[in-house]
Amino acid sequence: MSKDSKPTLTARRAFLAKLGGAATCAGAMAGALALSAAPAVSAKAEAAAADGASFPTKDYDWTKHEWGFGVDATKCIGCLRCVEACKRENDVPANAHQFRTWVERYVHLDGDDEVHIDSQQDPVNIAASGSETTFRFANRYKDAAVYKAFFVPKLCNHCTHPSCVQVCPTGATFRTEDGVVLVDPTYCIGCRYCVQACPYGARFFNEEKGIADKCTWCYHRITKGLRPACVEVCPVGARIFGDQKDKDSPISLFIRNNRVQVLKAEMGNAPNVFYVGIDKEVD
Amino acid sequence: MEPIIHFAPYTGWVYPNETVIEWSVLIAVYPYLTGLVAGAFTVSSLYQVFGFERLKPVAHLALLTSLSFMIFVPTPLLLHLGHPERAFNSTITPHLTSAMAMFGFFASFYVALLILEGWFAYRPFIVEQAQKRSDLLGKFYRLLTLGSYDVSEHAMRYDRKWIFALAVIGIPAAHGLHGYVGFMYGSLKSREWWSSDLMPVIFLFSAIISGVSLLAVLYVASCRMRKIPVDVACVKGLAYTIWAFIMVALVLESLEFANIVYKGREGVDMIMQYVTGPLLIPYFVLQIGIGALTPLLWLSYMIWRGTTGKAMVVGVTICACLVLFSVFMMRWNVVIGGQEISKTGKGLLSYHLPFWGKEGALVAMILTLAPLGLLYVLTRLFPPWADAATHAHG
Repeated sequence: MSKDSKPTLTARRAFLAKLGGAATCAGAMAGALALSAAPAVSAKAEAAAADGASFPTKDYDWTKHEWGFGVDATKCIGCLRCVEACKRENDVPANAHQFRTWVERYVHLDGDDEVHIDSQQDPVNIAASGSETTFRFANRYKDAAVYKAFFVPKLCNHCTHPSCVQVCPTGATFRTEDGVVLVDPTYCIGCRYCVQACPYGARFFNEEKGIADKCTWCYHRITKGLRPACVEVCPVGARIFGDQKDKDSPISLFIRNNRVQVLKAEMGNAPNVFYVGIDKEVD
Repeated sequence: MEPIIHFAPYTGWVYPNETVIEWSVLIAVYPYLTGLVAGAFTVSSLYQVFGFERLKPVAHLALLTSLSFMIFVPTPLLLHLGHPERAFNSTITPHLTSAMAMFGFFASFYVALLILEGWFAYRPFIVEQAQKRSDLLGKFYRLLTLGSYDVSEHAMRYDRKWIFALAVIGIPAAHGLHGYVGFMYGSLKSREWWSSDLMPVIFLFSAIISGVSLLAVLYVASCRMRKIPVDVACVKGLAYTIWAFIMVALVLESLEFANIVYKGREGVDMIMQYVTGPLLIPYFVLQIGIGALTPLLWLSYMIWRGTTGKAMVVGVTICACLVLFSVFMMRWNVVIGGQEISKTGKGLLSYHLPFWGKEGALVAMILTLAPLGLLYVLTRLFPPWADAATHAHG
């Protein structure tokens, strides 16, 4: 999909550059010399960005990385620090319904065939935390005989074949050279086709900004050599992040040393979040 | 003041982000309007291309109806967008893998085709008015002649060729436009309720029955307003068309449902819980029972008994109203229903339709009825009635 999305981006930039050029001509003809400089500068910047050599910043080369994310569900304790950190770091709407990352709790009770699943947004859990900005799992099974229970952190899978990128009518949602699916906030029209298309429920509509919103693996951090906020704050190392091109990175070691799996593999999206320790109900 | 975001109550397990239902009633109105466009055009084509003479009284009305509704098709989408001012991004720099990106092109092409066909069809009338009138409207008609005042038999023959060709191109254009709307839902693998190869065809046939029904209602209403007798043969022609296509629509809809149930993939339990619970009334009772089976049986009865005259006209009009309602419910059950079944396959949500607000029931009703206002204006400017001077091309 990255190959699908890049030409569109390039085409858009080329088109904008041409548009800028056209504006320049018009400006020059009108004798407004001041107008002519700005589009020329912008066209140069667009051209630099389009060749992929140094994007998004001067010091970062997105062709040299291939980011990946691991989740070790056997380690997650459901503390939800990751969820809170993500909300703060990325200015995610302060409500209990829209998340870039979330944690699911799976509980099997003795003598009950049905698995009980909830997440931090569940009204019982919100009541327990007493707030829609800080989160915790209510101790709702304390009087029950729990047969088996575990937590599963979830986030955007930054798929190799992302449905969201495929359906985006403008190309505002795109996959970067280093394997991160992003939304161009200045180009998204807010149609929400991507929200519908994502099989994982990873996207939401940011009402204040009028655009689609989702996890970026903290792109502003990872391109500076930092780890995503959720990985940074996880006290048990349940979230693993790194460069798949670096064979000794945490994610490469995680994939090499474990039998990993992905969510809803049958969708054909080829997710780049790899899981260890999840059960058959998890998808 | 109303909150910006409406959270949807749910049962079972749903992804946290799903608790906001993103496609509102407006996204159900959008395919409804598009369907009416395609259906109305079918009627026009049945006369222009296939020579269904009994549909002559509604042929021009069909063309105007199609145009009126088509002009309003983008409005629910624009109202729904987070950044409507960027709407043209999808046309200026379309993302070619997106089913939605092509909409602007399809729609523009179709509007251009409708206007062109309308112009040829109305040319004798426009020329006549341009020559007869000296008022402001005369200027308007003179402008519309585009400098061509030739209404000789030779010119008319030439025009008729164009009308025929445009109508022929219009059939795949209109139906492609609507089939593509169905594809927008059917191609999404994320939702079992939508993800179906049959979806475009189901949308298409429901579109045809809705458009033909709309024409039946509009024709009978226009006759009453103009205080002229209803052409029973025309109404019968429309009734036969509705009857034939409603059969196909029902069969397709049943096949689609049977497919989901029989395949029994993951999440089917939740779908069964949904269709036998919250969807029982909107789907089985309103859409299928009252909206489709009742008119089918009623029409069958009238055809069997050879009902004619006023009883026929009244019967067909009521049946047409029921079909119009059924098709709206179909759009609702697809768009809203699809979102009420969680992507997890383990939970159900419930959509709350607000009355007020940008995406409320009132706006949805206004947008659905607004094309009728435009149609009224267009029929004043370009009378589509078979008894007027507009049928030089008849």
